Amino acid sequence: MTKTTIPIHLDINGQHHELQLEPRVTLLDALRDRLAPTGTKKGCDHGQCGACTVHVDGERVLACLTLAAQAQGRAITTIEGLAREGELHPVQAAFLEQDAFQCGYCTSGQIMSAVACIREGHAGSDDEIREYMAGNLCRCGAYPHIVAAVRQAALEVAS
Amino acid sequence: MRDFDYIRPATIPDAIAAAAEPGSAYLAGGTNLLDLMKGGVTSPERIVDISRLPELNRIERLDDGGLRIGALVRNADLAHDAAFARTYPAVAEALLSGASAQLRNAATVGGNLLQRTRCSYFYDTASACNKREPSAGCAALGGENRLHAVLGWSDACIATHPSDFCVPLVALDAVVEIEGKAGRRHVTLAEFHRLPGDTPQRENALEPGDLIVAVRLPAEAASFAANARYLKVRERTSYAFAVVSAAAALVVDGGKIRAARLALGGVAAKPWRSRSAEAVLLGAGANEANFIRAADAALADASPSGDNAFKIELARRIVVRALMSAQAGTPERLPALPASPFSNIPGARHDA
Repeated sequence: MTKTTIPIHLDINGQHHELQLEPRVTLLDALRDRLAPTGTKKGCDHGQCGACTVHVDGERVLACLTLAAQAQGRAITTIEGLAREGELHPVQAAFLEQDAFQCGYCTSGQIMSAVACIREGHAGSDDEIREYMAGNLCRCGAYPHIVAAVRQAALEVAS
Repeated sequence: MRDFDYIRPATIPDAIAAAAEPGSAYLAGGTNLLDLMKGGVTSPERIVDISRLPELNRIERLDDGGLRIGALVRNADLAHDAAFARTYPAVAEALLSGASAQLRNAATVGGNLLQRTRCSYFYDTASACNKREPSAGCAALGGENRLHAVLGWSDACIATHPSDFCVPLVALDAVVEIEGKAGRRHVTLAEFHRLPGDTPQRENALEPGDLIVAVRLPAEAASFAANARYLKVRERTSYAFAVVSAAAALVVDGGKIRAARLALGGVAAKPWRSRSAEAVLLGAGANEANFIRAADAALADASPSGDNAFKIELARRIVVRALMSAQAGTPERLPALPASPFSNIPGARHDA
């Protein structure tokens, strides 16, 4: 096997990045270690906690179980890409209003997941929100407020 | 993670040629493979990324009434395909009861069949595991094994297959379409996965380079649409692998069972079709007494592989419950908590 890096182009929050990476670098490590925006968090690094949730071509996936090479040419959105012209995204605002976090470590993943959950149409009831947010763990146990924030944001997005 | 060569072939023949080389592994969604590579459980030297191969991400209705699901169709896309969910509701329910929304957006049909066991000793490279390292021994046999197999296990391996999706698929006579160096061939899903025997490292019918290109459902699979359910007991409300699960599908006419399908998950190294239970049900009255007889038949050969005798009784009860749920009829909408035995009781809280 030849040990080498490969050229990888990543489109993150509308910005184009050209990188030279070992093939084994995950999207999560590329984001955090090479490109500096550290809003995307590394929790378990094994696809069990959801802290690294980002959007690839508009859909939520786990950056820790995605190779950077797999994301080449796809439109990647991270928590840093949600706000528009200084205005918080409605889900970000709802998390603040509902106090939907304690330590905050899972929050960017929760918010990225919630934005997708609402867009998918899976925020129709508290039961549905709980089920479709099940991939995002919160060690502090802020779940009731997270559900309230998603419910509030879903109503705002619908109106 | 050990480093590897990364190639992204443009065609299926190129992919097969590359993957036939020793040390190669296909990469599709990556939700299981990358995790195994991080833990050093598997260390391929060459990753063949097939995720952008054309043709493999289509759901096709066949002229004979069957369905052909491309191997790269993602779990989420298949489960949320309205026509698919209406026609094969137990399969959609199984898909939605597995993993999380994020993982279902990455995981693929072909990859689901090739999931490795979640046995913790398989994942722990410091432990003996015949599946990971042939002839090393099995640490699970005398270890923490309450979630291990109760059917089809051997002294070499007591691991279970973790898939939900495969359970209704095997009940519905799914067929795996495989392309390899010698061309294309079809293997029934029932024959695709192997029981461990003395060679637990051989988990399925694939040879080096073989690529799953599609999973097919025969026309008859659609005849169960009105009475099909998947039920899954988990150790937490959601986002967990099955302790035990069951897919049940019936055709009932005038109170009599005209056709029956039953398969169990979480109990063996493969999705466990129970033809003996189906034989009990065929022509019998659709009632609880007969469902209990079928459950007894399904578990007749079960034996604990460790601290897991409870799974045999649990499996019996889940079989009865799945059959009763199927008889009651496929719900118009999937429950908010798919496949939960707790969400079907009128008045029960979904998170109880």
